[in-house]
Amino acid sequence: MTTTSQEWKFTTKDIAEKPDLFLSGHRACAGCGPATVLRLMMKATRGPTIVTEATGCMEVVSTIYPYTSWAVPWLHTAFETAAANASGIDAALKVMRKKGRVKDEHVDIIALAGDGGTFDIGLQALSGAVERGHDFLFVLYDNEGYMNTGIQRSGGTPMGAATTTTPAGTVIPGKLQAKKPIAEIMLAHEMDYVATASAYYWRDLLTKVRKGLEVEGPAFLHIFAPCPRGWRSDPAKTMEYSKLAVESCVFPVWEAINGKRQLSTPSKLIALAPQKKKPITDYLKGQGRYRHLFTPQNKHMLDEKQRITDERWEQLLKNCEQT
Amino acid sequence: MTKSVKQEMIGLNGDEAVAYAVKQSDVDVVAAYPITPQTIIVEKFSEYVANGEVETEFVCTESEHSALAASLAASATGARTFTASASAGLALMHEMLFVTSGCRAPVVMAIANRALSAPLNIHGDQSDSMAQRDSGWIHLYVENAQEAYDTVIQAFRIAEKSDVLLPVIVGLDGFTLSHTLENVRVLSDEDVKRFVGVREFLNVLTHEGKSVPFKLDPANPMTMGPIAMPNYYYEFKRQQDEAMQNALTAIQDLNEEFATVTGRKYGNGLVEMYSLDDADVAVVCVGSACGTLKTIVDELRQEGIKAGLLRLRTFRPLPVEALRSALENMKAVAVMDKSLSFGGEGGAVFHEVRHALYDSKKHPPIVNYIYGLGGRDSSPRELRGVYEDLLQILKTGRVEKTLTYLGLRE
Repeated sequence: MTTTSQEWKFTTKDIAEKPDLFLSGHRACAGCGPATVLRLMMKATRGPTIVTEATGCMEVVSTIYPYTSWAVPWLHTAFETAAANASGIDAALKVMRKKGRVKDEHVDIIALAGDGGTFDIGLQALSGAVERGHDFLFVLYDNEGYMNTGIQRSGGTPMGAATTTTPAGTVIPGKLQAKKPIAEIMLAHEMDYVATASAYYWRDLLTKVRKGLEVEGPAFLHIFAPCPRGWRSDPAKTMEYSKLAVESCVFPVWEAINGKRQLSTPSKLIALAPQKKKPITDYLKGQGRYRHLFTPQNKHMLDEKQRITDERWEQLLKNCEQT
Repeated sequence: MTKSVKQEMIGLNGDEAVAYAVKQSDVDVVAAYPITPQTIIVEKFSEYVANGEVETEFVCTESEHSALAASLAASATGARTFTASASAGLALMHEMLFVTSGCRAPVVMAIANRALSAPLNIHGDQSDSMAQRDSGWIHLYVENAQEAYDTVIQAFRIAEKSDVLLPVIVGLDGFTLSHTLENVRVLSDEDVKRFVGVREFLNVLTHEGKSVPFKLDPANPMTMGPIAMPNYYYEFKRQQDEAMQNALTAIQDLNEEFATVTGRKYGNGLVEMYSLDDADVAVVCVGSACGTLKTIVDELRQEGIKAGLLRLRTFRPLPVEALRSALENMKAVAVMDKSLSFGGEGGAVFHEVRHALYDSKKHPPIVNYIYGLGGRDSSPRELRGVYEDLLQILKTGRVEKTLTYLGLRE
């Protein structure tokens, strides 16, 4: 029984009526962005689904033996293996269905990883699995650091952020490098579906999960998911930061179907009315990881961050125009 | 012995023999990455796939790490799964070896044993799989291409037995076996299919008390590979060790069952004793060098010397009892190691054989020979020298040297 995203509008009623597949009782922190993302993600599934997850926050909080928050078959093997697992599951289902050993006509596969398991240690496996064309949706919940192991930098950590391996010191003001443009890298794999989403815009997120599942072949969804613990931010403001990141164009939301890219509504509204674009300081202030940037000696970092944000936004607008 | 089934003699090298066995064993998924000297396995299997000779999904991954991760995931989904590697590839898999056995995924993996870098060396020794000793895999080592073929077929059954559920490494010496053409007697496709059967699943209880097959199945959602804190982790590991003990029986049973079909068996499946019953001096060896050693034993016997050989076929689980009872009455024993445990005063096999004899009332002198590292040839003359050294120990009653590097330029 599958419903296409065109038919399913993902109304609050739809969502309320659909049983949770990521269940309560997990041990995520108060205000955890990724936990909300996972609950929403599972609301968008359309039938038999297998989830395979990389080592990370969401894996350890949801499957502390003998408990589990997963109401679907779920497999964890290692930090860097989410996409490789997905390729094994895909191959197994494909051949066993042919041999009559699997009865389900179709099983969706979701590979789930944080930014560590995607930008960094899992990138090779992800690239390989996508190149091989396996039928799976890779969902990246990006909380911009190795939060599970105590807030260390990742390739997804933005410039200027203080982490435990890029502390805001007297000489070095946090991470010096910019965030790796992971969705662009995945788009360069010529995938049929690549999208970004933010936890605040839940309907957009659900629709994108569903679209990603509907694609026959690999799909990639990059979801922005604040971490109050790692960002030193107020747990009550997780959704606010999810919104501000989009409004400041720090994290624009878009989707590319068959390489044709377009902004999703929240970002499109800013493109249409540029005066609505908020300065990044609106988003940065209040996050403890950026506190040191709001000092006179680090003003250049703030300026640089604004410049990178603007440059990437302008480039995105051009990319959307061209396609 | 009952009459064996019809078999055909064909020329295959060790790698081809492995690929042929996999082709016949109704394998669902092969996920692998090529590396010398295992490449022929992957290449040959790719041909079978390309020519539609197998109903198998072949996933040619971007690394060995992903090869084993994909194999593990396929196996967890319920597929009969095979992979193959060697040397650096196996070393890259190291992390996933533990995860595979810990997830109780019955993956079968052929290892064309090869030296580890540095210096880079593509030739045969057993350093690669010996370094994976404690990864929770069953380790079987073969002597020739025929045994490689036979053992891969048996390995699926051993791995999938519900009281075992452990992955199996089948080790064949790089080049010496992997690339050397031999006459191999192969079974018909039907007979192999009948022997391996369809993978069966252990039923486990869900939290609702429902008995369901142990696999990823949307009809019966199961969380596999969770996190276990100190309050549970230890029990998982104890269960794995128990499964290893069960494997001792499974390996012997499959060796016997295979013999009733083919007429071929390899000792009791764990150890093969060659002229050992009444021997004074014995050599313990793993893998292809045993072929040469058997010839030397024959020569020595003709000269009236009571020489014997114990071929250790199963390294994990270690057949402690079989080793003890077979060796305790020897007057001197030499253990051959085609790998080194740096700083460990000898190789892994040596350490383990000595350990097996510790509880014996009799303690024959046991010496160790490192040989063949990086593919260094060990001539029959050198191997005969091992027996001559043992005879010297018998004569003098003294062990001059516990550890000898055979064929080394000192």
